[in-house]
Amino acid sequence: MTEFDWTQLLDYSLMAMLLAVGIAIVRLRNLFAIVMLMGVYSLISAAWFVSLDAVDVAFTEAAVGAGISTVLMLAAMLLTAREAEPVKAGRHWAALIVVSVTGAALFYAVGDMPIYGDPNSAANAYVGMDYITSTPNEIAVPNVVTAVLASYRGFDTFGETVVIFAAGLGVMLLLGLNAAKKEAGK
Amino acid sequence: MMGWVNLISLLAMALAMAIMLGRLFAGPTLYDRVLAANSFGTKTVLLLLIFSLLVGRADGVDIALLYALINFVATIAILKFFRYRSLEVALAQMSLRRAIDGDDE
Repeated sequence: MTEFDWTQLLDYSLMAMLLAVGIAIVRLRNLFAIVMLMGVYSLISAAWFVSLDAVDVAFTEAAVGAGISTVLMLAAMLLTAREAEPVKAGRHWAALIVVSVTGAALFYAVGDMPIYGDPNSAANAYVGMDYITSTPNEIAVPNVVTAVLASYRGFDTFGETVVIFAAGLGVMLLLGLNAAKKEAGK
Repeated sequence: MMGWVNLISLLAMALAMAIMLGRLFAGPTLYDRVLAANSFGTKTVLLLLIFSLLVGRADGVDIALLYALINFVATIAILKFFRYRSLEVALAQMSLRRAIDGDDE
């Protein structure tokens, strides 16, 4: 059991790619390239989620991050310029301070987290264990998270979907469809 | 034995993704970047398939299929935006309009 888990190498290489893409997004000025890189960032992080067993999160990340956001970003670029203006050096420092403080707070909070896979942690001890034991009998879906999202909390998920659909429809009615009709009638 | 083959192809695929990232960062023209992004997406699909083979779970296959679809849609959206500066009018209408206006850009 002490054998080195070689799939860890995949995790590390994906994380290195995420870091490289993040730095490139900050440094590039061409907004087209940045939109594409953000799509790629989402793809990499979704692949990483799959390797961490979080299949549902990966599904959502791929659909929302790589699919919808790329198109939304492009639509937003219709209203702005094609190139980003360089940011003044003074504003880098403010951002760096905010990021450092947030990162330090998160690292401080890591100390209070239970060990990975701890049977007495809050996630495993109470109702979570109940879901894990009863899901195969009640829902018969192999992935517990999917069962919770789509069946135990099905109405909740449905409500979320309706809200997002209504919001998207409202935005399209306010911005999109009119312009298309005007252009087509020209 | 099979596990080693899968593992080596998995890491080789990750290396290929890293090479594509290099083209994506450096790419002088937009088309280099579009090609690199598209190819990167394809490699992600393959990576997921190999990974789900390696760990013996079928979940990854569904996600790989979703990626293939999204990759296609995103590439079309980027190219359409670059060519026509608009996402709202259908592609069929656009070629029609170009034919009528004689706008051969």
